[in-house]
Amino acid sequence: MAASALMDTFDRLRKSSVTALVGYALLGLVGVWLVGNFVQDPREFIQVGLIGLTTGLIFGLVALGYTLVYGILQLINFAHGDVFALSGLVASTMIVSWLGLERDASVLAILGGMLLTLIVIMALFAVVNTTIEFVAYRRLRRAPRLAALITAVGMSFIVQNISLAMYDVNVRSVPSFIPRSEAFALGGISVSWNKLAIVVITLPVLALLTWFVTSTKQGKAMRAVAQDTEASAMMGINVNRTISVTFAIAGALAGAAAIVYLLQFNMRYDTGFELGLIAFTAAVLGGIGNLSGAVLGALVIGFVQAFNEGLTWYTPGSDWTRSIVFGILIAILVFRPEGLLGERTPEGA
Amino acid sequence: MNAVQDRLRSYGPWALLPVALIALGALYPQYGESLGDLWLVGDFIPSVNSMVIMIVFTMMAVGLNMVVGYAGLLDLGYVAFYAAGAYTAAWFASQQFDQWTFHFGSVGISEEVPGIHLSLWLVLIIAGIFTALAGILIGLPTLRLRGDYLAIVTLGFGEIIPQVVRNGDNVFGFDLTHGTFGISPIDSPGFGSIGESLGLPLSYQQSFERAQWFYWTALALLLVTIFCSVRLRDSRLGRAWIAIREDETAAAAMGIPLMRTKTWAYAIGAFFGGVAGAFYASFKSGAFPADFYFNISVFLLCMVILGGMGSIWGVVLGGMILGYLNVEGLATIGSEVQGLPAPGGFLWDDWDWFEPTKFQFGIYGVIIVLMMLLRPEGLIPERRHKIELELGVADTPFYDTQHEAADTDREPKND
Repeated sequence: MAASALMDTFDRLRKSSVTALVGYALLGLVGVWLVGNFVQDPREFIQVGLIGLTTGLIFGLVALGYTLVYGILQLINFAHGDVFALSGLVASTMIVSWLGLERDASVLAILGGMLLTLIVIMALFAVVNTTIEFVAYRRLRRAPRLAALITAVGMSFIVQNISLAMYDVNVRSVPSFIPRSEAFALGGISVSWNKLAIVVITLPVLALLTWFVTSTKQGKAMRAVAQDTEASAMMGINVNRTISVTFAIAGALAGAAAIVYLLQFNMRYDTGFELGLIAFTAAVLGGIGNLSGAVLGALVIGFVQAFNEGLTWYTPGSDWTRSIVFGILIAILVFRPEGLLGERTPEGA
Repeated sequence: MNAVQDRLRSYGPWALLPVALIALGALYPQYGESLGDLWLVGDFIPSVNSMVIMIVFTMMAVGLNMVVGYAGLLDLGYVAFYAAGAYTAAWFASQQFDQWTFHFGSVGISEEVPGIHLSLWLVLIIAGIFTALAGILIGLPTLRLRGDYLAIVTLGFGEIIPQVVRNGDNVFGFDLTHGTFGISPIDSPGFGSIGESLGLPLSYQQSFERAQWFYWTALALLLVTIFCSVRLRDSRLGRAWIAIREDETAAAAMGIPLMRTKTWAYAIGAFFGGVAGAFYASFKSGAFPADFYFNISVFLLCMVILGGMGSIWGVVLGGMILGYLNVEGLATIGSEVQGLPAPGGFLWDDWDWFEPTKFQFGIYGVIIVLMMLLRPEGLIPERRHKIELELGVADTPFYDTQHEAADTDREPKND
């Protein structure tokens, strides 16, 4: 049969070094493309790179939510992207309707309001995400893994439709009270205030998360449960509470990511689905279960998206962004399934 | 033949049930319309046209069931196969490639019409084979991956293919898919002039009973799919699929070639998705990129889960129920409820908020979650799968992303 012959050929291909060669050839092509674009217009290249950096950071916050949950439960939490979208929509209501922040409000009011929103939304969606785990996933912990995964797909649709019920199909945004004007310029490359704000909000959140996971007792418990659930239970770690905490952190990160996202883009009830897929790709790219891997993968995806949409020299353009991102996902799983920073085990932060 | 008789005898009078159901189904165009006059339930009776769509989606669900239910490979990108089938029909039975004119067995159109026009019966088979090949191509690099990675990769393909279709109007200057406009019209099946002399329609499109001919064809295709599905389940290949689903390591130890068996599951599941997609494209007389989105994959998965993974009759039941809700049911329920008097007072003054069609995917999500939590074996459970869910299985797969494929002496993982 032709199919069998095809399969045999593929088996042989895989065992040989041809796959590796193809992988390196692909990487080389991307390198040539990047260098070519840089030579064409270095200033534009760096400007586009900055866009990539900021979107990459937003992806990173969402990707961390996927990777944290995957690390501990080996579950792709499909609902995470939709939790992100819902938190952003609620945040837009809070900023626009409850706090009534305007573009021309005083700097102090804007800073205070944003900080308040950040705290409230992060806390609220920590609770929401924990509730989702409690209602839908906890009972399936001993079930076949497909069951939990399918449930996660179902939860994703439920959360998305909650957003739809609350906000209809309208696009939501917040007033651009963080101006898009130039904050400072470095050698002809301008950095706008809202991009700066994204970096200023994201980096402390990442630092806080790293500190929490590496230095606190609860963070150590998380890593222990990720490594071996049974052994950590025997050591007296409350596994259920640890999993709840993980979901809480993931929800809080989604909330933070959504607010940062709102500073630059509009949101709709279905924003989270696609962004969630991209963020998940980022997590896999970096090595799922690995925290710094998720951020690195997200930055790579952010750059890829920005370069694809912003550069001009032999660039496919925004029509193909989704295909390229998923193409990367498939290529990673074929050529280097453990991800960029992944080790041979899925555990460990 | 004796074996068949023995088996039929062991079922007793129940063996008549499928026969009665098929007869009831085949006669639907005759009595379906008069059911609409019934008191109370009349409004909820689906039209023959809706039945065609329900049957096509059920057929896809039965195909998906071979991948998800039998082999246990979660495929979240089945819509890609539906798209591949629909576009194959569009390529071989429309005016898309009007730079060439080629007719072979086409019915109901003049010989001068440009484009490739093959007989739609042939196109259905071509679509199935083309889609099966696509399934193999998607499967080869990805089927080694662990279950959840496989899900996400298939999802990726399910997202890539619609985008490729949407942007495919200028592949190095060649219009492959006609972009966002889609390809339309697509030829319809028919029996040509030979059939006409036997009282069969020359072309469904030009027949006065278009709906009922499409209906009977859809029903026949569904029955063929169900038949293949039953026979495959009991075949060597089908038993290998189920063995893999239950315990990959043990199956491999028993000498089942994992990759090959899984790829066959993909190819055969894809085949039926392609045939159904091509037939549906012909029924709608068009293939449009907007039809192929992720939600369709989940919708089909929901049919499989509602009915019972691995259970053919369950999937048929689940497919018909959800297909009905999708095509007509939710809209009918919505308009019926909106016709009721509102409770008023503390409660609501009108029913404007009640829009089941708008929230249909939320409803499917609720169905999925509730089924998984409360009755994971489905409405009509497959016996073996039910035991599996009750007792639990060693669910660590043989191949996974962390351990390379050659790693046959893997240590058992205790999670």
